[in-house]
Amino acid sequence: MNDWKMLTLVGGDQQGIVAKVTMVLYRNGWNLGEASMIRLGGNFSIMMMVTGEGDVEQIVAPVASELGLHIHVDDISGGLHQHLIPNFQVRVLGADRAGIVAQVTQALVDAGFNILELESDVAGSPDSPVYIMNIQGFAQATLEQVENAVAILGDIDVSVSSVETLIG
Amino acid sequence: MASLEILKVPDERLKQASEPVDVFDDILRTFVKDLEETRQMGPGAVGIAAPQVGHFQRIVIVDVSKTRKPVPNHGYMVLVNPEITHWEGYEMGREGCLSVPDYTGNVIRATRLEVKAQDPWGKPLEYGMEGFEARALQHEMDHLDGMLFIDRVVSRRTDLFRRKVYQKGGKSRKSS
Repeated sequence: MNDWKMLTLVGGDQQGIVAKVTMVLYRNGWNLGEASMIRLGGNFSIMMMVTGEGDVEQIVAPVASELGLHIHVDDISGGLHQHLIPNFQVRVLGADRAGIVAQVTQALVDAGFNILELESDVAGSPDSPVYIMNIQGFAQATLEQVENAVAILGDIDVSVSSVETLIG
Repeated sequence: MASLEILKVPDERLKQASEPVDVFDDILRTFVKDLEETRQMGPGAVGIAAPQVGHFQRIVIVDVSKTRKPVPNHGYMVLVNPEITHWEGYEMGREGCLSVPDYTGNVIRATRLEVKAQDPWGKPLEYGMEGFEARALQHEMDHLDGMLFIDRVVSRRTDLFRRKVYQKGGKSRKSS
């Protein structure tokens, strides 16, 4: 089986980052696995599993430099086809203040909740920012137990729902 | 009875539209038994459509009576020539498919349906469905038109915060 590396690239967003980076990898015989790419605050971030021969950092360095991207490479264990399927969705909404993510996720950990995916954003306006977070994860606990765990968070609106993944 | 081979992406035949059933005979009913046996072989499948086994007739099976958390359901249903006559509401939910192994994604589906169909003897059927069962039927009926859930996957970022849950406590909490 292949040895995977996690390649992380971050820098100011501009058109063509994904195409240029992945073309260089392709031309050098590197394969891509699972990837997550997103624009955050005007920056573009890429995390992707890659596998191939040689030094991937050296291969990507010229295009990263041209695009103004930072590179980071980690050897990772694990590989493809290891997906965990979430059984809970947690939606969080609150007037923005320090500690929302820390408090919500600590409450979830205490309920034995494992986060598989978390996306958060600041909506509203600069004057009255609103923090919105969506989490999908897995826990052995019941819906009521997870709800009770997050019920202690007074000013933050947290809704928990079961995710029953439909296979058909 | 026999378990049938499930077509898997990127098999082009999964894009083929299926034909209505006009002969309700023992051949059809034997096929339905095989299709159900194939569904039961799948890991936790709550439905299956005939084209998933390369049989391009408008036949689906839905059975959401054995979910982890019980949901409103009509038990085991064989729906021949199903038609959705009314739908309302929408909701995002996670789906996977016997024809798309090792991948799940979020799909928006209608939450309430009225459905007309025929049973394997040609007798007319009518159902009102909601929630998970309605989702399952929409997923299976997509197969009849050569559609897969991966053709409908939306980013989780596009999920809307459901404003109706402003008051604390989800559905599982009892009012006190």
